[in-house]
Amino acid sequence: MNKSVQQQLEKAPNRTLYLSTIGIILAALLVWSFMGVNITGFDQRGTQIASNIFSGLFSPDLGFLFDFTSGGGVPSLLFETIAIAFLGTIFGSFLAIPISFLMSPSIVSRPVAFVTRLVVIFIRTIPSLVYGLMFIRVTGPGPYAGVLTMSLTSIGMISRLYVDVIENLDRSVLEAMTSMGCNTYEKIRYGVLPQLFSSFLSVTIYRYDMNLRDATILGLVGAGGIGAPLIFAMRAYRWSEVGSILIGLVVLILAVEIFSNKLRERLVNG
Amino acid sequence: MQHTIYDKIFKPKTYTLSNGKEVKQRASRVPLVLLIVLFITIVSWEVTNVDLSLLRTRGYQFIVILTDLFPPNWNFLSNIWGPLFDTIQMSLLGSIAGAILAIPFALLSSSNIIRNRVLNGFFKLFLSILRTLPTLISALIATFVFGLGTMAGTVAIFLFTLSYIGKLMYEHIENVDMGAFEAHESMGLTKVEAFRYAIVPDVLPTYLSVSLYAFEGNIRYAAILGYVGAGGVGLLLDERLGWRDYPSVGMVLLTLMVVVFVIERISEYFRMKLT
Repeated sequence: MNKSVQQQLEKAPNRTLYLSTIGIILAALLVWSFMGVNITGFDQRGTQIASNIFSGLFSPDLGFLFDFTSGGGVPSLLFETIAIAFLGTIFGSFLAIPISFLMSPSIVSRPVAFVTRLVVIFIRTIPSLVYGLMFIRVTGPGPYAGVLTMSLTSIGMISRLYVDVIENLDRSVLEAMTSMGCNTYEKIRYGVLPQLFSSFLSVTIYRYDMNLRDATILGLVGAGGIGAPLIFAMRAYRWSEVGSILIGLVVLILAVEIFSNKLRERLVNG
Repeated sequence: MQHTIYDKIFKPKTYTLSNGKEVKQRASRVPLVLLIVLFITIVSWEVTNVDLSLLRTRGYQFIVILTDLFPPNWNFLSNIWGPLFDTIQMSLLGSIAGAILAIPFALLSSSNIIRNRVLNGFFKLFLSILRTLPTLISALIATFVFGLGTMAGTVAIFLFTLSYIGKLMYEHIENVDMGAFEAHESMGLTKVEAFRYAIVPDVLPTYLSVSLYAFEGNIRYAAILGYVGAGGVGLLLDERLGWRDYPSVGMVLLTLMVVVFVIERISEYFRMKLT
């Protein structure tokens, strides 16, 4: 290494003490967590199951995977999952609009915004599975419970992101419209809505992407979607069926992710 | 201005300006989008058997459970500590291991570090496929492979963290300004030294902040993993909900809320310092 380069690089502030402190804390946490987690390697049975899953992935139950006609094939299960996530996102995003306005300190007074924020934090912390179980008491098992769960769990994140959009509104546009003599309706219609619409839509599409993933796990508690058939197939050791469900799931989520990224890119770039 | 089929059906409006120039405004896409959304909504409505009247007649059941959660059963607190620490340890170990292994994966996926398109493509695809699997489903699979317990949960969190940090990091590394790297090389540094002094300082803060953020999210996920038998407080939730012991469920949720809040605050503080 060139000497002048070496000297220049040595001028960087020396933070060895700071970094080593953080390193020691991290190491201590790591050791602590090692003590708690019960490390078990692959035993005979585990290896057997892992290889079964792999062979299931490579030799899926094709009849089940491409069963478009009867109601129980992978396509119809995926379709149900898509529908649950879609309705949940629609309901959630509509519910989030008033909440997000109540949450933004530039619209309502600070105490109101704070209280709404607390309520939303409360809603967000309860895991979706718990909501799923609660809604099953209302509607009975089935996709409807999944829709209600998705609507409630989406509110938290959507309204938080909506608030960011509302707070970042370009107010100079409104001022310009006031100076031109526009009335309140015109200001909202031509000044506020065009700014909000595409950002809100982008947030909603992003959340749909996430809801689709969540909808797949709601089936585990009986709230519809592809989760329940997956867990049944695994408990019954039908690995080729497990393989076809996993393949369908991965393909669907990847496709939706690519599609939603394209859509959001177009929304942002106009 | 680009004309699509839509513009041929719905003619753009033409305005003539005072200087004689013609300006065209394309017809709005909003009605089409709304129509599509409405159609999918109706189809989904049918598929999922949504019935709003049911919500009116039986909706109180939800409120009943919600009010049963309060007041929480404080005596249950002593039973929560063990599984709670399991949850934190699971997500800590999974996050750290995932974050460390994400470095080689991110480097192998970045086209400006490893100039091999096949290798880049392979690792990128691997990371995206890994990311599509919901944590709970990988935990479910892990319980079959590793048996019930915290190990399965740790593996699930590890896999998710690896894919999440791996993706964000290769996206960041690919956007790093390579000028500094080339400048260091031209001054006679070896490739490794140039990487150490040009790329690492740029990437490190993002890496740490992304890792912290992943850890934050993992605590939430880890809380429900017990549901499929992968250890932690989820196990308690499952058990207590099964017994309809809602005050205890309320206590678990309350503790969880406090823990998540505290960890989020700490990690937010460090992330603010990093950026």
